[in-house]
Amino acid sequence: MAYDILIIGGGPGGYVAAIRAAQLGFKVAIVEREHLGGICLNWGCIPTKALLRSAEIYHYAAHAKDYGLTLEGKVNFNSADVVKRSRGISAQLNGGVAFLLKKNKVDVIWGEAHIDAPGKVTVTTTKKAIVQPQNPIPKGILPVGTYEAKNIIIATGARPRALPGIEPDGKLIWTYFEAMVPAEFPKSLIVMGSGAIGIEFASFYKTMGADVTVVEVLPQVLPVEDADIAALARKRFEKQGMKILTSTKVTKVEKGANSVTCTVEDDKGNTQTLTAERLISAVGVVGNIENLGLEKLGVKTDRGCVVTDGLGKTNVPGIFAIGDVAGPPMLAHKAEHEGVLCVESIKGLHVHAMDKLMIPGCTYCHPQVASVGLTEAKAKAAGLEVKVGKFNFAGNGKAIALGEPDGMVKTIFDAKTGKLLGAHMVGAEVTELIQGYVVAMNLETTEEDLMHTVFPHPTLSEMMHESVLDAYGRVIHQ
Amino acid sequence: MAVNVLMPALSPTMEKGNLAKWLKKEGDKIKSGDILAEIETDKATMEVEAIDEGILAKIVVPAGTNDVPVNDLIAIIAQEGEDVSSAPAAKAATPAAAPVAAAPSAAVSAPVAAAAAPVAHGERVFASPLAKRQAKEAGLDLTKIAGSGPHGRIIEKDVKAAISGGGAKAAPVQSAAPAAAPAPKPAAPMGMSDEQTKKLFAAGSYDEVPHDGMRKTIARRLSEAKSTIPHFYLTVDCDLDALLALREQINKAAPVKDGKPAYKLSVNDFVIKALALTLKAVPAANVSWTENSMLVHKHADVGVAVSIPGGLITPIIRAAETKTLTTISSEMKDYAARAKARKLKPEEYQGGTTAVSNLGMFGVKNFQAIVNPPHSTILAVGAGEQRVVVKNGAPAVATVMCVTVSTDHRSVDGALAAEMMQAFKGFIENPMGMLV
Repeated sequence: MAYDILIIGGGPGGYVAAIRAAQLGFKVAIVEREHLGGICLNWGCIPTKALLRSAEIYHYAAHAKDYGLTLEGKVNFNSADVVKRSRGISAQLNGGVAFLLKKNKVDVIWGEAHIDAPGKVTVTTTKKAIVQPQNPIPKGILPVGTYEAKNIIIATGARPRALPGIEPDGKLIWTYFEAMVPAEFPKSLIVMGSGAIGIEFASFYKTMGADVTVVEVLPQVLPVEDADIAALARKRFEKQGMKILTSTKVTKVEKGANSVTCTVEDDKGNTQTLTAERLISAVGVVGNIENLGLEKLGVKTDRGCVVTDGLGKTNVPGIFAIGDVAGPPMLAHKAEHEGVLCVESIKGLHVHAMDKLMIPGCTYCHPQVASVGLTEAKAKAAGLEVKVGKFNFAGNGKAIALGEPDGMVKTIFDAKTGKLLGAHMVGAEVTELIQGYVVAMNLETTEEDLMHTVFPHPTLSEMMHESVLDAYGRVIHQ
Repeated sequence: MAVNVLMPALSPTMEKGNLAKWLKKEGDKIKSGDILAEIETDKATMEVEAIDEGILAKIVVPAGTNDVPVNDLIAIIAQEGEDVSSAPAAKAATPAAAPVAAAPSAAVSAPVAAAAAPVAHGERVFASPLAKRQAKEAGLDLTKIAGSGPHGRIIEKDVKAAISGGGAKAAPVQSAAPAAAPAPKPAAPMGMSDEQTKKLFAAGSYDEVPHDGMRKTIARRLSEAKSTIPHFYLTVDCDLDALLALREQINKAAPVKDGKPAYKLSVNDFVIKALALTLKAVPAANVSWTENSMLVHKHADVGVAVSIPGGLITPIIRAAETKTLTTISSEMKDYAARAKARKLKPEEYQGGTTAVSNLGMFGVKNFQAIVNPPHSTILAVGAGEQRVVVKNGAPAVATVMCVTVSTDHRSVDGALAAEMMQAFKGFIENPMGMLV
């Protein structure tokens, strides 16, 4: 029984690649050891959005008065119910992936895969400790055994990075797994790392009433974002009562009975100790490249990721890699797109390699952050002469009406050509706005086309227009 | 990888042809060199030869289709087992690849979307806004850049490659290249951009005068006329002595009012009148070409090119065959004065059935003018000069004027134009005929 394509890993990269491959007429199988939909919809993107939605509604309910509403009694939450809602949504989507694979006649083999040789994969019973609660294993799966496939795609994703001496224990030191399903919400929390994962949990638990301290080793929260955007976000976090320590690292962790005491040190050598009920380690993720047989096959890897040519091809013929395991940015939408490109190029279709600068990023803290392309600093570092536009939420009617007057839309253009180099936003709903700029960048529009575009009123999107106008000294409402 | 088979150009001027017959069916195996189809033009039937191997996956243009434009997608050749459902089907999205050089059996194929060849002139160029701007600033012609974006769209990368490789530097001026843009742009010769022209001269060695509307109109209309109308030229010499004598007689007879003669006829007034009477005498030459019919005019409306500062304009003497020489003369004086002040109304210079361009006053002996549609003819008038001619078997001195008619061959054939010139010569050499 030989498959055209066998995909190791059923996350957003793997299952989307499988469906696209099936559309192209390939005979396809996915090997999955734990959960269809991967981290994204079981332990990442989706369940955190469910938690953050609860937090958002809680926040609005608590501030109902600001909108002229009166709620009888005290607004409260039941942490078990909040978590239960999140798990329910995850389970629903997990079942949805199983349905989609079945509909597309993709075989699902349950277990852990090892590539014996190009074209040959042995699947054995899962040895990894399953993160609980596990969504149900789909019906109709194929058993462990040896399978043949002309093409093998590694889509095994990534897992939380552990710092030596601060290894997560699942009890006092959490990763996103434990932070997603706590028995009780902690009253106090230290978050190590202020990237998307760290800051989303910090924002969630802060809204739910915890004392939250964020420790970031770099000089800026949300280190990959534009400095102006990160500064504005930080201001909002601090206004909410979040404590933020940048240029600071955790040097020591001591565990108590129900507490963690961290010693932190800033870049000037000053130290202090912080104590909280829990510590979340959110210091990045590393690719799952182990136990696949890559060393023996001679598949080239670099810093925990498989090296590919941008269309998924590794240095070994017949073996491909996509998504987190194929390197940064480690984002579900990058994995999905890479999966599609990979199978289309196997098919021999003419595909255009992805421009990683055009991959947007979204962070669902409060306020939200979204961006695409170069930051102002990076554009300048690249030697480009730039025109920068900034528009504040305070000048937008819809933002005021929503009661969300804090935020900014920033655009960066190449002064010579009018090319949109980057767009950066902080504020309400910006994660739903960014794709407008992503489309613009993909079509290589210039400032002129963006200025000529009519944006509907009243919407937050008008700020996207104003920001462009501002870059060329033509802003209206500011 | 699927390859597109495009409608080949069988001759340099071929714009479309009829797809007469397919010699292969969908699903047939194709070897390089196989005859795929027969293409028919008005002059010949030619074979389309396959360059690529594979399966004839799809016939896009069925047999018996007439007027298929050159470079349109006519079929797709795929590799065995390849799915062509995603292959491009729309001709607009398919970059043209056939060089317009004549090759009797030129089935030229472009790889799908991969580094598409430049599009032919006149087709819409798909390019990103950024690519358009960069090409403009670099002085590159987008029609000469191969696009690597989706469906052959030209993107920033392609323009940058063209800039560094110099690949898209505009080629030497091409003959008969219609403007690429559909908008009425000044029809500068395609091929050389403003920047490239300027680069040929040292900075500061010239003044740059922007075009006004008249200059743009002249450029556009005459480029169109010269490149779309098949011109031919007939030249005759006219003996002017009788006409000059008559003119002197008439002018001398002019009543004097306020110390000035009431009229003073010019040779050109006679030429206008003679041309109008000629077209009445040879009505088949007093026509306008349209794609579907010939407009046979009932009057001879004679346009007269008037040189004015910065250009020229052609006011029209309507129904000139019905007008007296003095009427023509005074109308011309009025037109000339108002033309110089740019005060003519559109109805005074639009239309007409023929035209006169006279450079005789500058001593020009002979020249050829460009037909100004909707006219079918234009008369280029040289100087009347004294020449030694042979009269009755002996040398004699005569004043001779050389006249050349330029003709639109679509509407007026050679013999007809010759008949017309014979009639014209008759009126000029026997001018009394114009008075009756």
